[in-house]
Amino acid sequence: MDAFSAVLQGLPMTLTLTLSAFAIGIIGAVPLAVALTSPVAPVKLVARIFVDLVRGVPIIVWLFLLKFGIQIGTFKFNPVSAAIVGLGIVSVAYLAEIYRGGLQAVPRGQLEASHALGLPQSSTFFGVVVPQAFRIVSPSIATYLVGLLKDSSIASTIIVSEMVFQSQAFARQHPTVEGILPYILVGILYIGLSLPVAYLSRTLDARMRKAVFA
Amino acid sequence: MTWLAQWAGYLPQMMSGLGVSLLIAGISIAAGYPLGLALSMMVSAKNLAVRTLGLAVVEIGRGAPALVILYLFYYGLPKFGIAFESITAACLALTWNAAAYSSEIMRAGIQSVARGQTEASNALGISQRDTFFRVVMPQGMRSAIPGLMGVAIQMFQGTSLAYAIAVPELMKSAYNIGSQDFNYLQIFALAGICYAVISMPATWITVFFEKRLARHA
Repeated sequence: MDAFSAVLQGLPMTLTLTLSAFAIGIIGAVPLAVALTSPVAPVKLVARIFVDLVRGVPIIVWLFLLKFGIQIGTFKFNPVSAAIVGLGIVSVAYLAEIYRGGLQAVPRGQLEASHALGLPQSSTFFGVVVPQAFRIVSPSIATYLVGLLKDSSIASTIIVSEMVFQSQAFARQHPTVEGILPYILVGILYIGLSLPVAYLSRTLDARMRKAVFA
Repeated sequence: MTWLAQWAGYLPQMMSGLGVSLLIAGISIAAGYPLGLALSMMVSAKNLAVRTLGLAVVEIGRGAPALVILYLFYYGLPKFGIAFESITAACLALTWNAAAYSSEIMRAGIQSVARGQTEASNALGISQRDTFFRVVMPQGMRSAIPGLMGVAIQMFQGTSLAYAIAVPELMKSAYNIGSQDFNYLQIFALAGICYAVISMPATWITVFFEKRLARHA
């Protein structure tokens, strides 16, 4: 089980990358989602172009841009920070799009009822729309988290020692049949790691359906 | 302006890379859709063995990162004496990916067809085969179109991972140019633009189809 322990050595880094980028995304996507649904046309347009541009460029390009392209004075990204920032930017764009879908899925009647009750705009947004939107999008967020976990493997291309990088290292040292093991194990590990999140997503989905559509 | 002039100089070399990227994406989509349909039929088959096999292929194709599947084909299988050219390995890995994702989309599409269609078809005495291939599938595929287009875009972007096994695609061309004169910022920005000018309009077309289908649903 040498191969397995080699792969496991990369697990903490994989989780660090995934969770850090997810944290950046969850928070950074909030203002962007608001901009995407803004009634001010230029704000909406800029936000839309940003989201589509970030999603239109493969993650590996963002990582290479940050790792090799950015040099401000003596500052350069180290591999780990380039990976976290790169995956973070991509998460912001994807999650903003998910949030936007949720915000727009809240029935208009909720807004109208809130206005009719004389609630101020901020209470309408944070007290009425956001809680309902969150319920609607929580399964999609969980699905995105699984995607992000898999995408964190791309960090191995800029020499971040996460699970895939460790698998590569092991395979290179073992030119025999044993060398295929880490790839199989790491694949199983990714699937295994995504199972609890997928389960959570299904549970949330079922609860959401009961809460919103019942 | 210096950037534009440099970009113009880089562009011919980048275009050959882009050609390879499009080729890999095209092959993996062209092979992935029919395989996806086959997988979706396996997953909803009555035979337990067939169903389990289909499910395993789909879950691995969707659950493992594309990069891992790529390495499995390019670095893993040669240890058993099964070696591929890097571009072949990239096509195989992305085909698996495309087939797994599109099978789920097709299955959802087929399941979304109203039961009444099958019942009506049975009542008219149409054979089971024709019911599936002529009544249910065409309708199911229609609602699967936007999702399948999304898979195509995902595969095009996924070709960038083939850089990691030294396929001379867009990313690799960019890296080669960059390592000559160290203008990494310019060159990767240009690479990003090359990907974006294809992915962005493709996404807009997908959204357009999505809205159209939603209107007729």
